[in-house]
Amino acid sequence: MGAFLVRRLSINVLVFFLITIAVFALVHKTPGDPIAMQIPADQLNSGSADFIAQKRAELGLDRSLVVQYWHWLTNALHGDLGYSLLNGRPVTELLGERIGPTIELMGVGLLISLLIAFPLGILAARRRNSWLDYGATVVSLGSVSIPVFFVALIVIYVFTLKFQWFPSSGISDPTNPGLLDSLHHLVLPALILGFGNSGPFMRYVRSSMITELDADYVRTANAKGASPRRVVLRHAFRNSLIPVLTVIATNLPQLLAGAVVIEQVFAWPGMGQLAVSSVNQHDYSVIVGFALLIAIIVLLSNLLADVLYTVVDPRVRLR
Amino acid sequence: MTEPLLQIKGLSVDFRTDDGVVHAVTDVSLAVQPGEIVAIVGESGSGKTVTAMSVLRLLPKAAEVSADAIAFRGTDLRTLSAARLRAIRGGPVGMIFQDPMTALNPVMTIGGQVAEAVLLHQRRPDRKAAWRRAVELLGLVGVPDPAERVKQYPHEFSGGMRQRAMIAMAIANDPDLIIADEPTTALDVTIQAQVLALLRKAQAETGAATILITHDLGVVAELADRVVVMYAGRVVESAGVRELFAVPRHPYTKGLLASLPRMDLDVDQLDPIPGNPPNMAAPPAGCPFHPRCPLARDRCRTELPPLLEIGVGRSSACHFHDELAVTA
Repeated sequence: MGAFLVRRLSINVLVFFLITIAVFALVHKTPGDPIAMQIPADQLNSGSADFIAQKRAELGLDRSLVVQYWHWLTNALHGDLGYSLLNGRPVTELLGERIGPTIELMGVGLLISLLIAFPLGILAARRRNSWLDYGATVVSLGSVSIPVFFVALIVIYVFTLKFQWFPSSGISDPTNPGLLDSLHHLVLPALILGFGNSGPFMRYVRSSMITELDADYVRTANAKGASPRRVVLRHAFRNSLIPVLTVIATNLPQLLAGAVVIEQVFAWPGMGQLAVSSVNQHDYSVIVGFALLIAIIVLLSNLLADVLYTVVDPRVRLR
Repeated sequence: MTEPLLQIKGLSVDFRTDDGVVHAVTDVSLAVQPGEIVAIVGESGSGKTVTAMSVLRLLPKAAEVSADAIAFRGTDLRTLSAARLRAIRGGPVGMIFQDPMTALNPVMTIGGQVAEAVLLHQRRPDRKAAWRRAVELLGLVGVPDPAERVKQYPHEFSGGMRQRAMIAMAIANDPDLIIADEPTTALDVTIQAQVLALLRKAQAETGAATILITHDLGVVAELADRVVVMYAGRVVESAGVRELFAVPRHPYTKGLLASLPRMDLDVDQLDPIPGNPPNMAAPPAGCPFHPRCPLARDRCRTELPPLLEIGVGRSSACHFHDELAVTA
């Protein structure tokens, strides 16, 4: 296990380097200029070009991409991801204050999607081709095919405007802070994110469960006198988890993408909001920092999935 | 004769498939006396496994089972509630399956699975006692160092050891009936002999009646008291093991015996049964064996021979069983 972790982590470091190069190159090659972006279009005149060039030189943007990358990399290795071109604040600080709300939203969203997917998937597998199975299929198809922003608008209309049950904006109410208030704000965005991701999970749980319920060892368990409930929960469930784990791990970037959209709609002060605004403003260092953080999250979640295999499946030994 | 331990009368099992209805089992009757070892013999697809699985209602939902009687110790298993059926499964009736590679749960320890068989039938569930019993059972079936090996998973066991664990589960609750579905088929020949010896020992110690499903006549000769031969979903011959081996009274049985290698006779070549088992979605008219039968004549092509009593404890479903009695 230890040796496995060391090897996997070192592979991840390599992947990580490649990602930084790709992101750095792409971001800097996109058309548009961070300095020009800050000058309103009607104030651009013949003198602007000199001003922009001067500013670019001050910020080091006029140097070659390789030099800029090297500069960025040496700083990054010391934990310095540079400063926002917009407001001059350190990127690590910006990301640091944004990562909490995003992790909170993603975590609860993931939990909700699993709480929807597992019971529904298992029930659908046990009652194959029943109205319940078809109903679950419709729900999961709906969750995949209706865009989250659309669901979000409907939900906001119903639960915020009509019934006024839940707030639709922000992470807390400054005049009335507390755990209950935070949960109150979390309900709608987390539910929508969870629902949007439950569809594929449910389908995989269902098909994996169907495979396991047909397995010989399930017949053995039945022949021993185990109850249907015991057969499903003690025998088939753990076996069905093995393929589903992969799907969950590889879907985490999807979940993050969904969170970015939902943060926009619900004014959730997370990384997604930060990323969208910095892309719009060509805030290079923030974009690169953001991409880096996502890469870390994805690589770590895949590593976590591999480790979880060993917990679920005794046949897997990591070497 | 005492009341049979297990009584099956007029059992038929159909499967609806895209190619039409498959009559996997047709009008099978079978009685097992306490302590008796009955072998059900036949080729793949002859319905022997389906017959055995229908006793404890272990067939998939797609199977349509009908029977005049399926009774265990006088209890009608066809209509028994699910909860009371579970008390019989793994309790007074233990089952052993063919492939120990897939019949054990790969993510559960061997000990956990054997202990589960005990635990499910304890009046007051006691995990520690069940675990101790699991160790004891594994020792009984010849798993070396059972106290350590209970903690292992199926993939850490060899095929023969896994089948021993299966047998341990089947005899965990001192059954009156053991149903063993091809218990040695998936094993190496050297291991087969060990497992057969173990089965005989388990049977002798528990005194359980046994239904032994196999296509291996060597296994039958080794263990069985009585033999039921199945072909195309029907019983074609039934007899005591000595009588059957001495004078088979159905051409299919005769063919099976002739295709067996013999050590005691100098035979140049084996004599296989020509042709293949019939397509069960469209079985031939008349006697289902007639396309492969050396005795077949016109009557066989049109008229299905009924299973008739032809002696004490002996029956055959051949129009011309008399001729076999003479020629043998």
